[in-house]
Amino acid sequence: MAVQLDRKMVALTGNEAAAQAMRQISPDVVAAYPITPQTEIVQIFSTFVADGIVPTEFVAVESEHSAMSATVGSAAAGARSMTATSANGLALMWEILYIASGMRLPIVMPVVNRALSGPINIHCDHSDTMGARDSGWLQLYSETAQEMYDNMIQAVRIAEHENVRLPVMCMMDGFITSHGMENVILLQDKQVKDFIGEYYVDNALLDVENPSTWGPLDLQDFYFEHKRQQADAVIQARKVIQEVADEYAKLTGRHYGFLEEYRMDDAEVAILVINSTAGTAKYVVDQLRSKGTKAGLIKLRVLRPFPAEELAQAVSNLKVLAVMDRAESFSGLGGPLFSESKGALYDADKRPLMLNYIYGLGGRDVTPEMIESVYQHLLKVAESGRVDNPYNFLGIRD
Amino acid sequence: MKIENSSQTKHMKSSHEKINIGPGAGWRDIPKGGVVPEGGTAQRFATGDWRTLRPIWSAEKCIHCHRCWVYCPDMAVISQDGKIQGMDYKFCKGCGICANVCPTKVHAIEMHPEDKFKDDEAMKQEGAAILEDEPKHHGGEEN
Repeated sequence: MAVQLDRKMVALTGNEAAAQAMRQISPDVVAAYPITPQTEIVQIFSTFVADGIVPTEFVAVESEHSAMSATVGSAAAGARSMTATSANGLALMWEILYIASGMRLPIVMPVVNRALSGPINIHCDHSDTMGARDSGWLQLYSETAQEMYDNMIQAVRIAEHENVRLPVMCMMDGFITSHGMENVILLQDKQVKDFIGEYYVDNALLDVENPSTWGPLDLQDFYFEHKRQQADAVIQARKVIQEVADEYAKLTGRHYGFLEEYRMDDAEVAILVINSTAGTAKYVVDQLRSKGTKAGLIKLRVLRPFPAEELAQAVSNLKVLAVMDRAESFSGLGGPLFSESKGALYDADKRPLMLNYIYGLGGRDVTPEMIESVYQHLLKVAESGRVDNPYNFLGIRD
Repeated sequence: MKIENSSQTKHMKSSHEKINIGPGAGWRDIPKGGVVPEGGTAQRFATGDWRTLRPIWSAEKCIHCHRCWVYCPDMAVISQDGKIQGMDYKFCKGCGICANVCPTKVHAIEMHPEDKFKDDEAMKQEGAAILEDEPKHHGGEEN
């Protein structure tokens, strides 16, 4: 298919790109509360509201608990609704996250990844959204501002698909991506409008001709069946995510899947990584490749639903895989992505030796030298055929 | 914002249709997200068996001020032609608000422990009304 030739490349920070995506999505309602490093997204968006550029009803609430509550209410009322947050703001939404997914409301929310306190920290890690991985929201992660923009537009279609009807959070790394400026190719407003289509919700609360009840008591008799429906929606989302990505590729020429495989064809050692660190690691992979080392990289885009088959396929010829976790799960066994990946590969016919690196917590810088040390560790394990230590901390003061 | 009617939302089984979940209903058969896709369904959920205290209304004492009728959260006070007729025990949860708002000098409603009433005969002797299955006094329309 022909790629759009009249596309527009602009220099934007990740937050600016997310705000532009929101402007083009033009939701009916945005209810939000500021929190670093997300604040700019909603701040910029609120200027679009104030200037009459978008017709959105903007609700300035007094907390993130209220932001998500208002978003749930307006989505049920029949309005395409969005909010945005980070870290402790997401934590304060916790109760309502489950209500949004349990009520099957297709809310799209950018989340700028930041460490959870305490000790208090405003910089990047993934402890906020990793904790929300069981909340029933779909999760899309972004290496760059471009990916954040693309994920947000695709997320609308995924969330609102009739077989899915689940909320989606789109992530990028706090400060690193949210405040770093990159070239971003924006779609035209009309292209986005046509791509996402019109919002609808069955049994909208504002449909006064057809009254309905939302959020009634659901005890031993049918709660379990509603959770089964949710599980089915997550399974259905697998197909929808790829269909939407393929359609988006026809529009933009940018291809997305569940994973990105970088120089994995004949790789013997590789790392599995999420968000911006993939960029640093790709540089390291190129360096290693130039020296003849068979190094590769897998970047996870979709954490929910978890792409077990795709991961198994990607690692089938690897000797050793390091799973990089920018979050702790305090299981004493490694980070959340490590546990998920090991679980996902248990049934695979061929699976590599695996080890875990916790890295970059609280915004700790991740340098190419650090990433290279991981590959050197992997090469040693590949040579010995034995994992000496599966649970490692990268760049820790030892 | 677009609000669709049932003809445009065919993928939702129960959209804007009467929900009728029989004993064989599975997870595929019920509306998503626990939504009840119609109004007024409380009329089909008899909550009277939650009651531990029963309001007993006195026709002699009642001045038909309708305070109980206004305040009853379950619309379980029966009124016809501007006159209070008694309580709808199919729905009354026994909260006692009616007895509480009844003017002090009138004192037409008293709460009594439910175990005092062994059968409907005893209830009739106390002067209360017993309703048929389809109450007409609620004022709401069937959807």
